[in-house]
Amino acid sequence: MFGRDEKVSPERLTAVQYIILVIFLVLAYGLWRLQVVQSEFYSAAAEKNRTREVPILAPRGKILDREGRIIVDNYPSFTALLLRDSTRDILADAGAIAAGLHLDPKEVRDRIRRFAYTPQFRPIYLKEDITPDELAFVEAHRNELPELDTIVAHRRLYPRNGFMAHLIGYVGEVSEDMLNQPQWELYSPGDVVGKSGVELQYNQLLMGKNGSRQVVVNSRGKEVGQLEEKPAEPGKPLRLTVDIDLQIAAEQALEGHNGAIVALDPRTGEILAMVSRPTYDPNDFAVRIRKEEWAKLVNDDDHPLLNKAIQAQLAPGSVFKIIMATAGLQEGIAQDLRVNCNGGASFYGRYFKCWVVAEHRVHGSVDITKGIYQSCDVFFYTLAERLGIGRIAKYATMFGLGQKTGIDLPQEVTGVMPSEEWKIRNFKQKWYAGETISVGIGQGAVAVTPIQLARAIGTIASGGLMHRPHVTNPTDLPPGIIPASPVADQIRIPIDQKNWEIVTNAMADVVSPLGTANSAHLQGIDFAGKTGSAQTISNAMKAKLGAAGKSRFKDNGWFSGVEPRRNPEIVVCSLLEEGEHGYLAARTAAQVIKAYVEKQRRLPNKMAKANEKVDIGAVWNTPDPDGEGDSLNSGHFVMDVKNSRTRLAAAAPRIH
Amino acid sequence: MSRYISFRDFDWLLMAFILIICGLGVMEIHSATLHTKFAGAHIRQVYWILGGIACMFAMSLVSYQMLLERIHWFYIVALASLISVLLFGQKYLGARRWVKMPGGAHFQPSEWVKLILILAVAKYFADLHDRELSWSDIIKAGAIAGIPMLMVLRQPDLGTALTYLPIAVMGLFLGGLRFKQGAVIVLSCALLLPLGWHVLKPYQRDRLTSFMHPEADSQGSGYQVNQSLIAVGSGGIWGNSEGSQTHLAFLPVPQTDFIFAAFAEEHGFVGALGVMLLYFIVLMRLTQNAQTAPDRAGTFVVMGVVAVLSFHILVNIGMVVGFMPVTGIPLPLMSYGGSSVLFMFLALGIVMNVRMRRFVN
Repeated sequence: MFGRDEKVSPERLTAVQYIILVIFLVLAYGLWRLQVVQSEFYSAAAEKNRTREVPILAPRGKILDREGRIIVDNYPSFTALLLRDSTRDILADAGAIAAGLHLDPKEVRDRIRRFAYTPQFRPIYLKEDITPDELAFVEAHRNELPELDTIVAHRRLYPRNGFMAHLIGYVGEVSEDMLNQPQWELYSPGDVVGKSGVELQYNQLLMGKNGSRQVVVNSRGKEVGQLEEKPAEPGKPLRLTVDIDLQIAAEQALEGHNGAIVALDPRTGEILAMVSRPTYDPNDFAVRIRKEEWAKLVNDDDHPLLNKAIQAQLAPGSVFKIIMATAGLQEGIAQDLRVNCNGGASFYGRYFKCWVVAEHRVHGSVDITKGIYQSCDVFFYTLAERLGIGRIAKYATMFGLGQKTGIDLPQEVTGVMPSEEWKIRNFKQKWYAGETISVGIGQGAVAVTPIQLARAIGTIASGGLMHRPHVTNPTDLPPGIIPASPVADQIRIPIDQKNWEIVTNAMADVVSPLGTANSAHLQGIDFAGKTGSAQTISNAMKAKLGAAGKSRFKDNGWFSGVEPRRNPEIVVCSLLEEGEHGYLAARTAAQVIKAYVEKQRRLPNKMAKANEKVDIGAVWNTPDPDGEGDSLNSGHFVMDVKNSRTRLAAAAPRIH
Repeated sequence: MSRYISFRDFDWLLMAFILIICGLGVMEIHSATLHTKFAGAHIRQVYWILGGIACMFAMSLVSYQMLLERIHWFYIVALASLISVLLFGQKYLGARRWVKMPGGAHFQPSEWVKLILILAVAKYFADLHDRELSWSDIIKAGAIAGIPMLMVLRQPDLGTALTYLPIAVMGLFLGGLRFKQGAVIVLSCALLLPLGWHVLKPYQRDRLTSFMHPEADSQGSGYQVNQSLIAVGSGGIWGNSEGSQTHLAFLPVPQTDFIFAAFAEEHGFVGALGVMLLYFIVLMRLTQNAQTAPDRAGTFVVMGVVAVLSFHILVNIGMVVGFMPVTGIPLPLMSYGGSSVLFMFLALGIVMNVRMRRFVN
């Protein structure tokens, strides 16, 4: 019998032994390959595994006003996250966590499930910028909910309610599109950078440099040791030329209106205040703005994201008459021009109305001074006809209209100053002489920004010295921060002394009882300026739209004013969209001027500090040569204040 | 027929090597779980080993021939236990593999079915009367292993099901499978393989794809494989006693299926090769015992154990060095786990059983 006692073939048993040997040799080869041949590669991989670079976020530099007061600060913000230690069933804790962080428990559970298959060492972020009581909840439940933790980031704290929002701008995570542009290529995804305003313009200065820590972590990302630390370089503070007191006055003056106010020092070009309305709250962007809120901001007809001080391009209306007057006087035409205003006049076969007919009046005999303070259209129609578009465009361009001012803020627009060449270049059409008449009162194709108008009026009141406006003092900044600008820092435009006096005196009359902005008169302040009301659509269009069009497309009100009238320390340009009348804009600007003067008078002035000769401006009344009351005069004094403790108000001629 | 059995005939040498391997396993479990929530697992492993040794001695006393006589009953009970798992089993991680026993212990029937299968296959081939196998013999042998295999696949537990395969293969090979027949079987399996892809569960497919391209999803399902490769590779020739991969817990659950990776990281190429040598000696010693078995059945029994042990080593170390996909097969004697330890010692008990009866006939 064959079966139980028959031995199994010994060859086959030996074969099995050899097969096992081969298997072991193959496995040994596998070990040799990994541990001997590729050992270095895997050692490096292990090293990379266990060390992690943890960024130390550099706080952004603070933004200060000209006196060093903090406008934009940082605050430590906590983000709640879940560490996934597999010893705990996180899902079971979801209810408690959701309650403590004021989240929807279902949302938390969904989030945990969604991230279940991501590597366990990556935490699940639950909520950004948690409130103090939520932070307290996390801290109080360290033992009960060990998986719940927080990390700190520095977030921007902007002034509330959109105060100064347009000038400051806001920050956000650098986007893919930005990273593709050359100026951002050194940044990495996740960096928080300035996205508009000063935050964008001076991002390099404000941002600082993130540091890093090399830490040893376990597979759950838990730190178990530290190798080296490179501290963060915090961003440098940025001091603006803006004066918060003046900014507050400007913000308050514009409250309830749409438009812009810009105040600057024409002696240096320093921006003192800049407001745009409507505004937005950049704090909403500091964490993360919801899509629908962002869409609402972008699609709003009133353009809350636009900084209208540098981005609104509108017809300047009658404020343009100051440029016209200066051009007319410099060309020797306006001095002796006398016009009889009957409510309108015909040019080139078309009848042009003066604004005054709407009030059922006429201006009668008008010269250059009355033309300015009464804003007589007929006078400037005539002057425009005499000057021609070529000379008008030359002077307007000289004073910086229709071109960027070169202010150190992003996205400034150019505006338009029409001329014959401009028309041919853009429309391939010849200039019609009739268009010159509209341009003469700042209508037609003329489009300027508030900052351009402020600078132009400031330049004329300063006797022709034009400065490039800026929101920071270049001497405060390290070199290389301010990019080269095609606009010169300082330009001198010749204006004859006599013409200068005529124009500035007439501007002072605008806010006198005779002028178009008599309600904006400031007692005891040498305030001068020019109103403007500019149509937003043509009269023909308005007629076509009827009553609905009239209410929707109200005129824009403008005012650009200075203090004092000659060699001013401040120029303010105010734009009220759909403000109907220039005198409303004048009152707004007057509030800013008043705030400025009152602050200057409160301050211990420059005389108290100096101990040598000081050049000061002042105003005083003198008897009129005609013997009819007093007239206001202004000028400069050089005072020797050595050892003097006298204050300016006492030292200067008495102001009535 | 005198029935003289003595522990003098017990394979003490084999026992010594087995205990060395177990000792190294306990040390590595201790080292790998030191600062994890599994800390203390090595103590439990020691208890399992002691229990296993006791079972082994008990097993060596019961005559294997007596067991083989009643193997058809055992086989039926084995199938019944597999069915009970499918019906009443505890669902854990998406698979029904465990039966809850009275007293709170969990029991994985697929492990002891392995043991029954070794005996059943041994009995079947020992009783065949021809030197050469007919196709009907092959199909019958295939069915003996195939039925429990399909049932374990249903749990689903692909890894354990696959360990039944080498038992049948070993039986066929030693039973006299001809080269042509082997070729036909291999070819038809190769043709059926694509069909098998559709039967696999999504997680099993993930494991296979991550085996083919571990870097493709290095943080997802390829994570374990990658971390294991890094652990082994960073061990170098002499090992890295700090062993950051294991000790900082990058290598997930190192004490079970990846114990060899943890060992290789800590003790390097030299240490790992040493352990492989120990396993090789054990396998060679077992084969020698098979040759000296008192009868055909004894040889088949011992070679069945050799088949299972070699297959486990091949798949587990193959996985650790990146030659094999992750299948969840532990390294016998070193990996932490009661079922695995108990099975190994019971199997060794049968081997001793055979050895102690070598002079009996």
